[in-house]
Amino acid sequence: MFNQKIKKYSVGVLLGLLCANVAQAKIQVFACEPEWAALTLALGGDAVKVYSATTAQQDPHHIQARPSLIAKVRRADLLVCTGAELETGWLPLLLRKSGNSKVQPGQEGHFLAADQVSLLEKPAVLDRSLGDIHASGNPHIHFDPHRILQIARALGNRLITVDPANRQLYQKNLKDFTEQWQQAIARWELSAQSLRGKAIVVSHNNWVYLEQWIGLKRMAVLEPKPGIPPSSTHLSKLLSQLQKNPADIILVASYQNDKSARWLSQKTGVPVAKLAFSPGENQTLFQWFDQIMSQLVNNPS
Amino acid sequence: MRKALLMAAITAAATCNLTPAIAETKVAETELEAIELQLETLKKEHETRIQVLEARLLKTKEDSTGQSNFNPAISLILDGRYASFDNNPEEYELPGFALGGEAGLGENGFSVGHTELIMSTNVDDKFFGQMTVAIAEHEGSTEVELEEAFIQTLGLGHGLTIKAGRFFSEIGYLNNQHAHSWNFIDAPLIYRGLFGNQLIDDGVQLTYVVPIDLFLQIGTEASSGSRFPAGGTTNDVGAWTVFADIGGDLGIEHSWQFGLSHWQANNIEGRESGGHAHGAGGGGEETPSFSGDSKINALDLVYKWAPNGNPKNKHFKLQFEYFSREENGAITMLNSGPPVETSSYDGDQNGWYLQAIYRFKSQWQTGLRVDRLSSNNTGSDSDVLAEAGLDDEGHTPERISVMVEWLPSEFSRIRLQYNRDDSYEEPDNQLFLQYTMSLGSHGAHPF
Repeated sequence: MFNQKIKKYSVGVLLGLLCANVAQAKIQVFACEPEWAALTLALGGDAVKVYSATTAQQDPHHIQARPSLIAKVRRADLLVCTGAELETGWLPLLLRKSGNSKVQPGQEGHFLAADQVSLLEKPAVLDRSLGDIHASGNPHIHFDPHRILQIARALGNRLITVDPANRQLYQKNLKDFTEQWQQAIARWELSAQSLRGKAIVVSHNNWVYLEQWIGLKRMAVLEPKPGIPPSSTHLSKLLSQLQKNPADIILVASYQNDKSARWLSQKTGVPVAKLAFSPGENQTLFQWFDQIMSQLVNNPS
Repeated sequence: MRKALLMAAITAAATCNLTPAIAETKVAETELEAIELQLETLKKEHETRIQVLEARLLKTKEDSTGQSNFNPAISLILDGRYASFDNNPEEYELPGFALGGEAGLGENGFSVGHTELIMSTNVDDKFFGQMTVAIAEHEGSTEVELEEAFIQTLGLGHGLTIKAGRFFSEIGYLNNQHAHSWNFIDAPLIYRGLFGNQLIDDGVQLTYVVPIDLFLQIGTEASSGSRFPAGGTTNDVGAWTVFADIGGDLGIEHSWQFGLSHWQANNIEGRESGGHAHGAGGGGEETPSFSGDSKINALDLVYKWAPNGNPKNKHFKLQFEYFSREENGAITMLNSGPPVETSSYDGDQNGWYLQAIYRFKSQWQTGLRVDRLSSNNTGSDSDVLAEAGLDDEGHTPERISVMVEWLPSEFSRIRLQYNRDDSYEEPDNQLFLQYTMSLGSHGAHPF
């Protein structure tokens, strides 16, 4: 009698464990930035559990290799990052400390978005007097929806390689995403027609893919050199330049200090658009692009 | 082909002997369809062509960058300083602690500090390798020292990592960081007193990261024990270490790490150090030499804060470390006597430091550090201990340091630091102006 009870219980416990195992069998994904977390979630659906190492409020160049991040990389099956040296100050350390062979460079579990597309602004000369530049080109590729689509295709295939059991799910999700994304691109490009040729001032040179995609004209950068905060002399030079040739918008990323941009805006009357540099928590890529486009289009200028 | 067919169909429809009205609408419909089809084919052709072009572009890009990636990342650290001491830095001592390694204060006036050349890269998909060579002036001659030369596994998996070669021990928190990434120009007093600034040895290290949400790392090291503060041991494995670190985040803005570590060297034979009011032991002078067992226990705690978790423009860091060392054995004064002066030795030394660093603007940060040591060493001949610098002379070594740094970029730093140094009876005012520049590739810094 007692034995039977134990048996019953153990069967229950076993079943419970099995269920827990099934729930845990999700592919663990470590995304360096929220855009890749959102994309992986769109393509992976219920088969993946995604963790984003950063938020739109954090400068992805300057993240500290925190213990919590090492713990996450330790358990990851797939790592999805930008690459092109964007995470060079922290990712190599996380990888070396994690002791996780699956996500090391060269493995299937190591996916870099920048390796899937061509990069703009690859510098001809590498000299630090030019500021903190990236040797392989400008890494902020997620502002070009066409490139996102290329990356999505590669990431979809990578998910299949890492988790072949869910091949059909990934294929279906990729197909759905591609269709919806293409429609969305058409919609965004239509609404962006009014923006074509607009003159912008940027705080850091991280909008180049957006500029190229919707045809914005970059007139000036608040930082005298990439990564160097604007000095007062540089700002006053910009001011006189803008007074001669006024711009339409000043662009600032959500993680950046907007003090200089606001000052310049006050002096010139050019509006500041502070854009979320990455999707917010639980935001899809569609919602994030919608938000950015509407912020840009509705900017009173 | 399809176009031709369509044209044929259209012509057929047009030449058909139907009611003109119906024919006309039919013609219009088919024409529309034809145009749509044409458009569709054009679009498809266009897309495939773009894809082909993009693939080609990607390929050329890979071809052009592939080569240089095989070169190791090279970084050169230039360090120069101006120092002003009220007391003679040659007479520096830490009562109760026999100084060894690189425990000196450096020189008055202008000097270059450690010039470091660091090379590192992934060897292949299984290993990572790094070498650090330090070039420094010691008493008028230029010395080249191999600070680090190690390999480390990448592909072992299951959270395991093995490191082998010469490396900074994982004991404490600050020990495994390069001096150029410290927040002050000099090591905490307890590091100076126990390790001669830093514990480096040749050996192997095994670490295991436990697969839980919290960061939990445990590890052990076995090393030769041939360098200070071991020095000349007889066993194959002269010293060993065990350590554990635990850490995590509290929300998005706060993060922490807590560590415990233990270092032990048994059967140390002839560890030489500088004696009372001497520099490093030179020939002819009486030099204290320790033989026996040595144990160190350490505790470290680090807390960091950054608004929105974005440390670039503003962040705060609090760091605390405590060390205690127990030693059992004998002290012998080399070059003394005859008869050779010797004493049994029962050492008990401990100390801590607490420091806070505040980045208040994107290019500026400031810091405060408090150091305190104490010791209670006993032996059969207190005169010998006093001569060896192991008597605390009734003094508790203390130091307060403040600094402010200007960091024009990630690669350069100018630092001004002031120490009120009560290491020994005569308080010293120390002022430093230092530059540290990092040329070439810039390695990632640990938490």
